Amino acid sequence: MGEVKLRILKDRIFTFIIYLLTFLSVIPLFAILFSLVKKGLGVINLNFFITLPKPPPDAGGILNALVGTFLLVLIASIVSIPIGIVAGLFLVETRNRFANMLRVLINVLQGLPSIVIGIIAYLWVVKPMGGFSALSGGIALGIMMLPMVVKSTEETIKLIPYTLREASYALGADYFTTIFKVVLPAGISGILNGILLGIARIAGETAPLLFTAFGNPYLNFNPAKPVDSLPLLIFNYAMSPYERWQNAAWGASFVLIAFVLLINIGVKLGGRRWRVKL
Amino acid sequence: MESEIIKIRDFSAGYGQNFVLKNINLSFEKNKVTAIMGPSGCGKSTLIRCINRMHELNLDAIHKGDILFNGKSVFETNPILLRKKIGMVFQRPNPFPTMSIYDNVIAGYRLNGIKLSKKEFDLIVEDSLKKAFLWEEVKDNLHKKGTFLSGGQQQRLCIARAMAVNPDVLLLDEPTSALDPKATAMIEELIVELKKTVTIILVTHNRTQAARVSDFTVFLYLGELIEYGSTETIFTTPKNPKTEEYLIGKFG
Ligand SMILES: Nc1ncnc2c1ncn2[C@@H]1O[C@H](COP(=O)(O)OP(=O)(O)O)[C@@H](O)[C@H]1O
Ligand SMILES: [Mg+2]
Repeated sequence: MGEVKLRILKDRIFTFIIYLLTFLSVIPLFAILFSLVKKGLGVINLNFFITLPKPPPDAGGILNALVGTFLLVLIASIVSIPIGIVAGLFLVETRNRFANMLRVLINVLQGLPSIVIGIIAYLWVVKPMGGFSALSGGIALGIMMLPMVVKSTEETIKLIPYTLREASYALGADYFTTIFKVVLPAGISGILNGILLGIARIAGETAPLLFTAFGNPYLNFNPAKPVDSLPLLIFNYAMSPYERWQNAAWGASFVLIAFVLLINIGVKLGGRRWRVKL
Repeated sequence: MESEIIKIRDFSAGYGQNFVLKNINLSFEKNKVTAIMGPSGCGKSTLIRCINRMHELNLDAIHKGDILFNGKSVFETNPILLRKKIGMVFQRPNPFPTMSIYDNVIAGYRLNGIKLSKKEFDLIVEDSLKKAFLWEEVKDNLHKKGTFLSGGQQQRLCIARAMAVNPDVLLLDEPTSALDPKATAMIEELIVELKKTVTIILVTHNRTQAARVSDFTVFLYLGELIEYGSTETIFTTPKNPKTEEYLIGKFG
């Protein structure tokens, strides 16, 4: 009997240790969220969202950065989603050396430091255009988002049963109709998840924007002109000597994290709701 | 001879270097149910997939010989047009998961870019679902997803989808093997009813099913046609001892 008790005790200790370690791993996240709420929540009100920055000592709002981030994400999506979906489909549909090479390259692209992508966008877009712009920033972010769209498309489409294609062929549909009207819609929720997570990822990128979107304290909707973005604004404000600007940086950080968190929660919940039952 | 809608002539087919079907000669009678029986792996699916040229979708598919549909070689017919005239239903029900019941039924039109008025589509949907014995069960839920139906209902939806484009022939590849006995019985009733409008080629390895619903029976074994005749003859006085062994359950 003694041995059994010892085993139960051992079991309890291990369980405790596992819980403890798991708990430790989320402490940084909670610590970050705690400071964000503590320092950021105070400056957040409606005005914070709908007004532009003011000269020091005032800070004003972050409307320019919200609009800028929206513009950048929009351009990045336009760049990466169509190409990413087609490339992902190609990887599923094609089994040859070229497809394998493409798969490796996509992985390399995913591992590329974001600052390098920024430099490339600077060389390819900023220089020829003669100035910083939302377009160049959006392209840099689009390149970062591309591998996520490709991979989520590939992973999702791979799991669509072949019987579904057969059903379509048997009705006389051709290959492209089958892919675009039957296979792709069946995988839409997985692809959408990849796109949303990609957006969450690029929304917080700073480095590639430093010499592309550049930042802009004024409201700008023109893709050919510089725009601000949330992370750029946070960077600039946090580095400033003005207390209100620093507080505004916390507020903007809170908004950014809340956005990213909401997307992640949305994907979790939506994934269940929108899943296509196969 | 006009009653023979499909004629298979000296036909062999397979994968890679390997012929799975060997020199098949066979004709299918119009508006009759012909059952194709045989042990698993004998080439039943391969055979019927050659009839609507689905076999060629395998990259390594090979064939020689000919299949005539209404006197014309299927290999000289555009596969898209061919498949509109020769519908197919598979082993596992495969309704389109993103489409409603309604859209599933008219998928043959939508996927081929054929536009009709809503009224015409409504009629086609109602008519096809009635033909598939499904109308009463789903008429109030036409805009729900087809995948929420039971397995048997899904299979009838697939039959409705195939019937919606008015085919001359319906190929059924073990349509009940994934279904429970009740759903199976319903599909069997349906098959008998459907032969008024279409010619049915039914692959099954269920012997009693072949006996219950078919007019003619084909027995395939290791890719060869062993015996072909009226179902009654095959089941009562088979000529080939292999057929008899199969029917009394000695193998497969
Ligand atoms: N895609 C394929 N590639 C290679 N061989 C195949 C393929 N599909 C089927 N076969 C082979 O062809 C033979 C006949 O298969 P099939 O026509 O599916 O038989 P059945 O439907 O009578 O069970 C089997 O030996 C099977 O292994
Ligand atoms: Mg089979």
